[in-house]
Amino acid sequence: MSYLPYAVAAWICVVGLFGVATSRNLIHLAICLTVTQSSSYVLLLSVGYVKHGGAPIFKGTKPGSTAVDPVVQALTLTDVVVSVAVVALILALALDAHRLAGTIDPDGLADVQG
Amino acid sequence: MSWIPPLLVAIPLLAAAVTAGLDHVTPEPLQDAIVVAAATATTALAFLLLWSSEGHEVVHWFGGWQTRGGVALGIDFAVGPLAAGMCCVIGVVVTLALVYSLTFMKEAARLFDALMLAALGAMCGFAMSGDLFNLFVWLELMAVAAYALTGFLVERLGPVQGAVNFAITNTTGSYLFAIGIALLYARTGALNLAQLGQTLAHGRAGGLVVVAMTLLLCGFLIKGAVVPFHLWAADAYAVAPAPVCAVLGGVMTDIGLIGVARLYWTVFVAVDRGGAIGDVLLWLGIVTAVLAGTMAFLQRHLKRMLAYSVVSHIGVMLAGIGLLGMTGLAGAELIFLAHALLTAGLFFVAGILHADHGAIDELRLRGRARGCWVPAAAWLAGTVGLVGTPYVGIYLGHSLIDESAAAWVVPLLWLGSALAGAALLRAGARIFLGWGDADDPLLGKPFEEDPHERDILRPLLVGIAVVAVGAGLAISVVPGLGQRAEYAAERFRDRGAYVAQVLRGRPMPPPPALPVSVLHTSLDSLLYGGGATVFAVALALAGLYRRRLPNFVSAAGERTLGPPVRVLHALHSGVVGDYVTWVVVGTAVTGAAWAILLR
Amino acid sequence: MSRRVRIAVLVPALAGLGALFAWAVAGLPAFGDYRGPYGYVLNRIVVPLRHTTNVVMGTTFDVRGVDTMGEEFILYAAVVGVTLLLRDEVSTRRVERHTRRLRSDATRLVGVLMVGGGLLVGLWLAAFGYVTPGGGFQGGVVLAGALLLLYVVGSHRDYRVFRDEHFLDPLEGLGAGGYVMVGLAALASGTPFLTNLFGLGTTGTLASGGSIAVLNWASALAVTVAMLLLFAEFLKTYETPLEQDDPGS
Repeated sequence: MSYLPYAVAAWICVVGLFGVATSRNLIHLAICLTVTQSSSYVLLLSVGYVKHGGAPIFKGTKPGSTAVDPVVQALTLTDVVVSVAVVALILALALDAHRLAGTIDPDGLADVQG
Repeated sequence: MSWIPPLLVAIPLLAAAVTAGLDHVTPEPLQDAIVVAAATATTALAFLLLWSSEGHEVVHWFGGWQTRGGVALGIDFAVGPLAAGMCCVIGVVVTLALVYSLTFMKEAARLFDALMLAALGAMCGFAMSGDLFNLFVWLELMAVAAYALTGFLVERLGPVQGAVNFAITNTTGSYLFAIGIALLYARTGALNLAQLGQTLAHGRAGGLVVVAMTLLLCGFLIKGAVVPFHLWAADAYAVAPAPVCAVLGGVMTDIGLIGVARLYWTVFVAVDRGGAIGDVLLWLGIVTAVLAGTMAFLQRHLKRMLAYSVVSHIGVMLAGIGLLGMTGLAGAELIFLAHALLTAGLFFVAGILHADHGAIDELRLRGRARGCWVPAAAWLAGTVGLVGTPYVGIYLGHSLIDESAAAWVVPLLWLGSALAGAALLRAGARIFLGWGDADDPLLGKPFEEDPHERDILRPLLVGIAVVAVGAGLAISVVPGLGQRAEYAAERFRDRGAYVAQVLRGRPMPPPPALPVSVLHTSLDSLLYGGGATVFAVALALAGLYRRRLPNFVSAAGERTLGPPVRVLHALHSGVVGDYVTWVVVGTAVTGAAWAILLR
Repeated sequence: MSRRVRIAVLVPALAGLGALFAWAVAGLPAFGDYRGPYGYVLNRIVVPLRHTTNVVMGTTFDVRGVDTMGEEFILYAAVVGVTLLLRDEVSTRRVERHTRRLRSDATRLVGVLMVGGGLLVGLWLAAFGYVTPGGGFQGGVVLAGALLLLYVVGSHRDYRVFRDEHFLDPLEGLGAGGYVMVGLAALASGTPFLTNLFGLGTTGTLASGGSIAVLNWASALAVTVAMLLLFAEFLKTYETPLEQDDPGS
């Protein structure tokens, strides 16, 4: 059981990448990107877990008691904001694509190529 | 002088916040002035930092969080002369692009400026950072700004497609990078680059470290548009406005390679065995240089051609880094300096052509720019500088790479830059001189032109292009630059001194007195440079007058080169699903290669 | 490549990537067996040194404060980028000011309670972010969500101020720029950028953390306004509110 979280993270990443590469809808693609990103959240938080550790918040708990790693939580917070930023941009681009091409299928957007 | 590094980030970012926040409140000339002042101030401070980093790494610990007992707690910027030099070039190119854009784009100017300033701050932060996650943050900031800037001309589908391809491909790379950070953090419990290097120096490279390294380096290689991660570059540069292309192609793509070098020399050098990491990078560089050079020759869209030229020079720079020697890194550095300025200049000229004639298609522009002597001279000079004619432009950097490269590598690298140069020469001759056939099926089908600005201050645009190209050409002959580049590379590679300064505050030995003279290059390099120039001219003429070649030559050419060319065109399909597929393939193959070589 | 070829290339590549991941996971310490020094050191020293009981927020806004500054600007750049990309996308569908979206009074009552509750929770998360679980970002997102709920529940007039760029843009600049100014203030006083210079106060109360509290609020403001601006941009593509008062109402 002790490697299950890591396996979950790896699976989510692989599935997300498959979704990104084969998606037929830009909005679906944005969500697939989020799924791929969430594999890094799972991995980060699993890496920082300390057995029998509480939250790294010491109001009401004795300072010095076992707590999980606060650094990965801060990193995950930043990652989430990055994900929000990228999804917002891709959604805006999807709106533009729909206005200009009538479709949000990424395979149908090939205006420039070669 | 350790107060300078944070300012290189804080000033552009604050200016970006002020610019977009006060959009409707302040008058336009004042806003223009604030933007240009912020960019110029950042550039000036970068030069000051360069001067002060000669003697020792300039280290700034944010928040005052110094190391405790060998554990780095806070985030630091550790700036040597190489990183400071990067910041100088970044500042110069962005400032030139901002001044160019003052007249080149009229609508949404404040939003444009805010994003360019954010990108400037992020690139400087990336060059200076000494913390792995901090590198990721700056990478993402410059990427987000770049995605939006690429899609600037939203009236057409092309910019949307380019921005989509750019965003999704690079974001995939960034997410792989984030997974790599998590893996490396699990192994070492640290995020500071110096401390990571120290921790990894004891013990073997297990699977964990090799996979983490693959993910981290591939994330940067995707940003740096190395084959097979390069497919987004041409789509993005084709549709972005000219000043954005100058920044993207001149500095932002190259900076991914600096990230690769930084990670190698500070963190992964201790786990390398027999230079295996560098070998894979060298191979990737060679393939990139030749493939992108070929693709450049097959283009009729000027900005796509320039995009592939950028990618081919990236290949040469990566090969220089992959050689793992001091001269290779110094050569890559000098190529970066020259190439950033020359490419920016050429993109500026392309923007002028687009504004003057409403077209960016080489065949449609045939002969239309006859008599525009100054842009023609700038284009020709820029091209010559990018081919590597002796003692102009990238020549000095290329010759340094030649010194440490194996005999079979050197001609391949020169071939790459010669191919790209041939394409640019051909385009220049066709557009400015009217030479060549009116049509060429080798170059693909005509495409719809994008709208363009008409109301521009042309002398300003031409002036900026001339300044960029002139500065780029001069890189090979600035006295003392070669020696300083070599010293900067030596410092960059010195992990022990970096760790001592960052983690323990121990100062470095004083620098040697460096001569102020033009670096002497070998006869081989002179011959290669001259040969590459001749080859480029010949190939350009062949491209211009293909119809007049004897029949048997054309038939033989069609038989041997036709199928590969068709395959290449098909692979660059413009569809993002294909691009992400290649990203996955490239990551898996590179990881497998390192797994086998480092086991 | 056609889809069939693409999938045929992709699946083996993903399998290879998966194999690499499996090899990496084999070298990871077991789940729960965190070894690294970084987390342990911070858990021990942040509370006494900075008087904040929420060590995660102490790390985010102080120890690794410059990461958070970069992250603020990523969000800022995304908002500016979305505004840039959607500037041509203005809907021609004009709406009346007093149109209510929800017909059912009961649903609207529940919605109003949720808006009120959401605002309170968001403010509490943001305010006590560095004391108890929460933080500027989390509180900002909840606040923005509650305000968007106001759009669903209320009339166009109620929500109008939260779509007004002239009001929101300077606030966004203040949130992001304010963060940089705090850092520059430290630099100007001779200490490194983003050093915690304000009084540290009493542990476990609102008045603690020094500049962490200030940065916390700057982030909350920046995130709330950024989300509102994003909503405003996307809403503009569906409907355009009438600008002036119509005298007939």
